[in-house]
Amino acid sequence: MVVTINITMAVTLAGLYSIGFYLLMQRSLMRVILGIVILGHGANLFLQVAGGPPGEPTFAGTAVLEAMVDPLPQALALTAIVITFALTTFLLALAYRSWALLGHDEVQDDVEDRRIAAAERAAREVEEETPESERVAGFEAPEAPESRPGEDDEEARLR
Amino acid sequence: MLVAILAHFAVAAVVPLIARRYGRAAFVVGALAPAATLVYALFRGGEAVSGAPPLETLAWAPVIGLEFTARLDELSLLLILLISGIGAVVLVYYSRYAKPGDHRTAARDSALLVTFAGAMLGLVLADDVISLYLFWELTTVCSFLLVGGDGVAKRLRTSATQALLVTTLGGLAMLLGLILLGTAAGTMRISEILAAPPSGGIVTAALMLVLLGALTKSAQVPFHPWLPSAMVAPTPVSAYLHAAAMVKAGVYLVARFSPAFADHPAWWIPIVVCGLWTMLLGGFRALRQYDLKTLLAYGTISQLGFLMVMLGSGTWMSALAAGTLILAHGLFKSALFLTVGIIDKRAGTRDIRELSGLGRQWRVLTTLATFALLSMAGLPPLLGFIGKEVALEALFEGGTVDRVVGVGVAVGSVLTVVYSLRFLRGAFGTKPDMAPSAPVPCGRIMTGMVAVPSLAGLALAIVPDVIEPIEAGYADRYGSDPGYHLALWHGITPALMISVGIVVAGVLVHRYAGVQRLGGHIPAPLRAQSWYGRSIDGLEALARGVTGRIQVGSLPVYLGVILTTLVVVPGAGLVAGDVGFGELRLFDNWLQVPITLLVLIAAGTSLLARRRLTAVLLAGVVGYGIGAWFVVDGGADLALAQFLVETLTLVVFVFVIRRFPPRFSEDKAYVHGRWVKAAIAGTAGTFVAVLAVLYSGYTEGMPEASRQYIERAEDETGATNVVNAIIVDFRAFDTIGEITVLAVAATGGASLILARSRRRGGSGERPATGGSGAADDTAGEAPEVRS
Repeated sequence: MVVTINITMAVTLAGLYSIGFYLLMQRSLMRVILGIVILGHGANLFLQVAGGPPGEPTFAGTAVLEAMVDPLPQALALTAIVITFALTTFLLALAYRSWALLGHDEVQDDVEDRRIAAAERAAREVEEETPESERVAGFEAPEAPESRPGEDDEEARLR
Repeated sequence: MLVAILAHFAVAAVVPLIARRYGRAAFVVGALAPAATLVYALFRGGEAVSGAPPLETLAWAPVIGLEFTARLDELSLLLILLISGIGAVVLVYYSRYAKPGDHRTAARDSALLVTFAGAMLGLVLADDVISLYLFWELTTVCSFLLVGGDGVAKRLRTSATQALLVTTLGGLAMLLGLILLGTAAGTMRISEILAAPPSGGIVTAALMLVLLGALTKSAQVPFHPWLPSAMVAPTPVSAYLHAAAMVKAGVYLVARFSPAFADHPAWWIPIVVCGLWTMLLGGFRALRQYDLKTLLAYGTISQLGFLMVMLGSGTWMSALAAGTLILAHGLFKSALFLTVGIIDKRAGTRDIRELSGLGRQWRVLTTLATFALLSMAGLPPLLGFIGKEVALEALFEGGTVDRVVGVGVAVGSVLTVVYSLRFLRGAFGTKPDMAPSAPVPCGRIMTGMVAVPSLAGLALAIVPDVIEPIEAGYADRYGSDPGYHLALWHGITPALMISVGIVVAGVLVHRYAGVQRLGGHIPAPLRAQSWYGRSIDGLEALARGVTGRIQVGSLPVYLGVILTTLVVVPGAGLVAGDVGFGELRLFDNWLQVPITLLVLIAAGTSLLARRRLTAVLLAGVVGYGIGAWFVVDGGADLALAQFLVETLTLVVFVFVIRRFPPRFSEDKAYVHGRWVKAAIAGTAGTFVAVLAVLYSGYTEGMPEASRQYIERAEDETGATNVVNAIIVDFRAFDTIGEITVLAVAATGGASLILARSRRRGGSGERPATGGSGAADDTAGEAPEVRS
């Protein structure tokens, strides 16, 4: 088993991811964006784990193949860097828009979800007050009303 | 056979167009599909009973062994007689029953009924469990749409939903059971599963799940209330779906699997117990119904229970009885439903308290309905009698269990006689203290359509040799032929005596009201319908409760839950599994240590920064630090791109944050969860690092793809820089995607920044700093970066 990671890198990853996650859970939109940026750095670094330990740059002919690092994770990380940038730009534009429209850049609780939770609490209270028979009545089968035995003369007439 | 199924769907696609123009005539066109299928099935009937049933296969997804196989054996043929025969009759009947001007209903119902006929046809022909399930659910959906109608009335919606929920519950259980069964048997083909039935604990569970599907579909106790509720559908729909065809799907499923599993206790015990209970309860409840249609619905439930009992008994004789009764029940029950349709339509009511004197007005219809009722009550000379004779013979000739069941069946049959008489008197009798209904014609075509199944029951009873090869062919799967033949007269046998006793008892019960008055009453708390209502209420309350508690509307809480899941679920897997860490080095290059320190300090400080600009600049330091790491790691291009992009990111950040206040707004309300957040984030981050260490231990040198890239870069692309060769040549499509993302983000960003004119309510919500110079921002927002 060849471990391609070293302790320093593992610590860096742990630190970057923890800080990124923490920032992501903040209320300020700007901090959330910074969290995404830092998570992006962590992810790009993580990609290099697949490339193995440090080695010679991959220029054809400059070194033997065994000494080189894996070029594929680098190419993918390159793509990832640019896409992180695109995402950051877009999120910043969103934050700006939020600021322009609402006057703040806070991530607030969803009002609609709060309303559902409140409605469910209210429903529970109502339920406790209503007797069970009334709630069941809404689902009765659409059949002719039944009468208790002996209460009417319909049966006798039918015979 | 496959063509016949497809033809149904094709016709179903066409009939709405016809209905839009010609109205209810579309039903007659729709009837062509099942009628042609019936002719075709009869044409190939000889092959079906020959022992080498015709087989057609259509590859569906051959890679994963999915195919559609149609197999026409005796049982399929028997069901097709009902599905296609009754289907054609009902469609023609509906063409007179429907309102002349209502083209929309005609278009919907004709298309749905033909689709349904096609789905049923596919269901009984399918020889692999997956297509069986597909057609099964298609019938459920058709039933939902047909019962729901236009969906305007609440009662329609409630009934349709109940039918859908109950049958889909069973359908899903059945799917699971069928897959388990197929996996245990190693084949998805039903004929192969039945030829070599698997065994074991899994098979027991699978059988019970399959049974759940059959019992819900065929309205067995305790799932039966959906069937009386579904009687809100138009009467022809009820006649077809809820008497002749769809409810037979569950019976068909049991009939299909019983030859292999009839000895399995998990199979026959639930069938016989539920079936018997259903037969008695259905008959008991039918005794009190004033609505003719609901009376028939409970009668159907009762008869379906009877069929289940006979199939569950699993002997040659009981299978012969079940086969005969399936046909007999389809014929007499559809005739009766169609009769009720005429009464409802022409006399204006189907409440037996308001009907009087119809028997004298409509002599032909009364005669036809009487044949059907006699068949239902099990009287000669009708097919129902023959079936019941065989059933009694089968049960009372058998062992102790069979005899006990036989007594139950006899009691159920007495109830059948009683409600048959109730129907006859209620619908056609002249009540002394009531004025007879005003004379109206009952309609020749509709009466003609009642005549078809009603007289078929009579004709087949007189010449049972016509159907005997089918019934006996099916029964042969349960054992050898004991030399019994279907006939009206076997001499004076015990079964005949019991039959006579049943009829006499039925007439006596009907005569003496005291017994009947007690009949049919079930206390409200014991009714299955109220159980259904309570379980639906419970489900809704549960859904509301879960939503109210889980969906709190707070982004940090959601993220916290996601991160905790990320740690707990794979973490538990790691702890449970056998994973090892390799030998870890402290560092590969001493430069990594100062870089790590720089990156971590910058990132940590950015958490504490109160000013936006400080935080942004510190994040930039992290980015440059990562770039430096790439240099150390040997990724020159990567480092270059990282430095470039980091610079651009900083520029964009600065452009935006100059609009914002310099400091972060700190809302006191959110401060209290800080330590929880920190703990979750720290754990999740550390877990990611642990994953990285584990993952790196499982990489094995440079993969072949990368070697090839390095070796071929110079020859094939002319580039010495392999990373560049990969980006612009080997994996150019990735790069195109990347550029697309950039373009989309740039467009989005620009439109968000530029959209200044629409402001909330037009009032002064906008911050003072937000106005000028926003247009120049786009230059900074949307640079097309190419690395």
